[in-house]
Amino acid sequence: MSKNTPPNSPRATAGRSDTWEDRRSTGQDARFNSKLTEMFGSTPFILTKFNKFMNWVRGSSMFLFQFGIACCSIEMMHTFATKHDLDRFGSGVPRASPRQADLMVIPGTIVSKLGPRLKRLYDQMPEPKFVVSMGSCTISGGPFQEGYNVIKGAEQILPVDIHVPGCPPRPEALLYGIVKLQERIANGESTRVTVKPYELEQFSDLERDELVDSLADQIDQDDLVMRYDWTESQ
Amino acid sequence: MSSEKLQPDSGSAPVQTTEEIADLLSEHVIERDDHLNAPGFVVRPDEVVATLEKLRNEAGFDHLSNVTAQEYDDRYETIYHLKKYDDPTQEVSVVVPTTPDNPTSESANAVYRTADWHEREAYDLIGIEYEDHPDPRRILLPETWQGHPMSKDYNQEQPQVVSFAAHENPVAEDFHDEESDTMLLNIGPNHPATHGVLHLKTVLDGEQVADVDPDIGYLHRCEEQMAQQGTYRHQIMPYPDRWDYASSGLLNEWSYARAAEDLNDIEVPEYAQIIRTMGAELCRIASHLLALGTYALDVYGDFTAIFMYAMRDREKILNILEDLTGQRLMFNYFRLGGVVWDLPEPREEFFEKTRDLLNDIPESLEEYHDLVTGNEILQVRTIDTGVLDPETAKNYGVTGPVARGSGIDYDLRRDDPYGYYDELDWEVVTEDGCDNFSRLLVRMREVEESAKIISQCVDLLEDWPEDERNIQANVPRTLKPEEDAEIYRAVEGAKGELGIYIRSDGTDKPGRFKIRSPCFSNLQALPEMAEGGTVPDLIASLGSLDVIMGEVDR
Repeated sequence: MSKNTPPNSPRATAGRSDTWEDRRSTGQDARFNSKLTEMFGSTPFILTKFNKFMNWVRGSSMFLFQFGIACCSIEMMHTFATKHDLDRFGSGVPRASPRQADLMVIPGTIVSKLGPRLKRLYDQMPEPKFVVSMGSCTISGGPFQEGYNVIKGAEQILPVDIHVPGCPPRPEALLYGIVKLQERIANGESTRVTVKPYELEQFSDLERDELVDSLADQIDQDDLVMRYDWTESQ
Repeated sequence: MSSEKLQPDSGSAPVQTTEEIADLLSEHVIERDDHLNAPGFVVRPDEVVATLEKLRNEAGFDHLSNVTAQEYDDRYETIYHLKKYDDPTQEVSVVVPTTPDNPTSESANAVYRTADWHEREAYDLIGIEYEDHPDPRRILLPETWQGHPMSKDYNQEQPQVVSFAAHENPVAEDFHDEESDTMLLNIGPNHPATHGVLHLKTVLDGEQVADVDPDIGYLHRCEEQMAQQGTYRHQIMPYPDRWDYASSGLLNEWSYARAAEDLNDIEVPEYAQIIRTMGAELCRIASHLLALGTYALDVYGDFTAIFMYAMRDREKILNILEDLTGQRLMFNYFRLGGVVWDLPEPREEFFEKTRDLLNDIPESLEEYHDLVTGNEILQVRTIDTGVLDPETAKNYGVTGPVARGSGIDYDLRRDDPYGYYDELDWEVVTEDGCDNFSRLLVRMREVEESAKIISQCVDLLEDWPEDERNIQANVPRTLKPEEDAEIYRAVEGAKGELGIYIRSDGTDKPGRFKIRSPCFSNLQALPEMAEGGTVPDLIASLGSLDVIMGEVDR
């Protein structure tokens, strides 16, 4: 917003205009007076595009979803806490409910059993929502990439805005990732870097063998939220 | 080869020698299959209960430490690793082979409750079935999983389908059960008080908890498979850091190091042992502080003072550990036969930093006592809630601060000494309250004891002659232990007995690598503590167990 603020009004103290008194609140409300109000001069308005303003607002105050999965959540807690203090950047107060959050940090390995739940949590967040994936596991499965039960990256399930690599990333790295996201949002650049389909369309892209056939028969397509397939997700 | 381990310690209660145990079990035993740590007795699959009952009632083996299941080419095998709470150096293994076409054996649940979850896991991952098991379901993998992933014929490339119906979060219209007039309440898998991804299916009768069913497996990262794919020398060590990730990294690494070193006959230099002991105790403090901070979060809902204070103190420890190991959380610092590098230079600075930390501990503990244990609200919430009496605790294989909070004087650092612990002066902390408050108190007092240990280690390290700073034994580049050598070794992790079973298959990778996680057994006791109480007490009990899901699910 600061770009749109006319900074060229004379310093209020230099020569007070006739409207100066009108711009000041008095009595109880005097506490609302600020240097900024004085600086606006006789026209206390700013001119900006609505979208630009909204983006700035959005990026400046993110509500983060308090959601721990694995090792990275310990470093995420350190990011919230003293010393690193994510709240300095306006995104540090974790919300315990997805319905109050607009930023999800995925701090850890996603396994087959958690996948559907993660998707559900994501679905419960109100739009617009953003995802920062934290750690190597959410990029590719990380050190557990070859595990039979491990989903190879959060993008198998959710669209991700920012990846923060590391195992686990230091709090500074997560801070950087989140601030970078805030910057992008404020600049209206929130298009996702990569989006993969996260809903199963059909089984047709799998080689049809007996097992797949029988699995396909068992499952109600509408109700399926994810498919976890080792060969495809390498 | 292991019988000398069973020789009686001076002064302990009547001890059974291996021969006496063999006599006792003579009618059941069909073969001997000794492990490096204990004599192994092979019994028929339909005589498991009879054998275990005898061992428990007549030989005093009251601790079913671990259950390992594995598949050989010609058979399936379940191993029950038994110990005594009074003297964990006395061990015995009961080996139960079953045929490959009908892998069914008797469940040990009737004798040791802790076998319940262990056998469910064995069924889930290996595919052995247990007769008379009270609850034969999968435990770690989704119900819809096809096949048993750690059995030999499992095809890793087969697609698995996880459907929503099988995982429905039963947000149905009505949870009310007409017949029993109860309500189902789901706590988790995402809930601020579950410390990660744990799901508690809770049945409520009014406000009272009628039934709790912990549903785990939301963080089953195939740690055992990962370890079985890695070579002993270097590839396994990074993984233990990720079991109990609440900064207990070095404690976990030690469990693997201890098992693998004993398996390969590696002697660790004394200097390295002191560094290990110091690092491990730093980790224990960090871990207990996290437990304290999150416990305040659970009980007070306090995201401010106590949590932040605990995190502040943890930061100091993590800085020291980072100086020592190069990483904040995933240290990868131990090597078989020692540690990877010496203390950071300049050493004086490192010692000074560590001493500063130790000097601050009494004051900050006092602060915590003012804020936490001295607080009436917390006392009302924790004293006499979540009671776990010692007998039940033993039956569930509970260890660590949870057991010591129930008055069980069991600490492997003293009872089954390793590292440098037996040379140092420190106490095992126990509390007799058996409730949530006792467990909290045990952790806080253990911080003091750990500080004592670290301070002694720092003194020793400071005076250590410069030319005798040997940080690693001479270990061959490739380790290939003898074929079919089997060992189970445990260390005292932050949460309790962290044990590793390794079977060698003659190659440079383990044939079977099984992790005995303390949290897994501790969590299994949750229903005993919570049923009959109210929901807030359930949350307080869960917090006092200090479970880390990475270690529960592995």
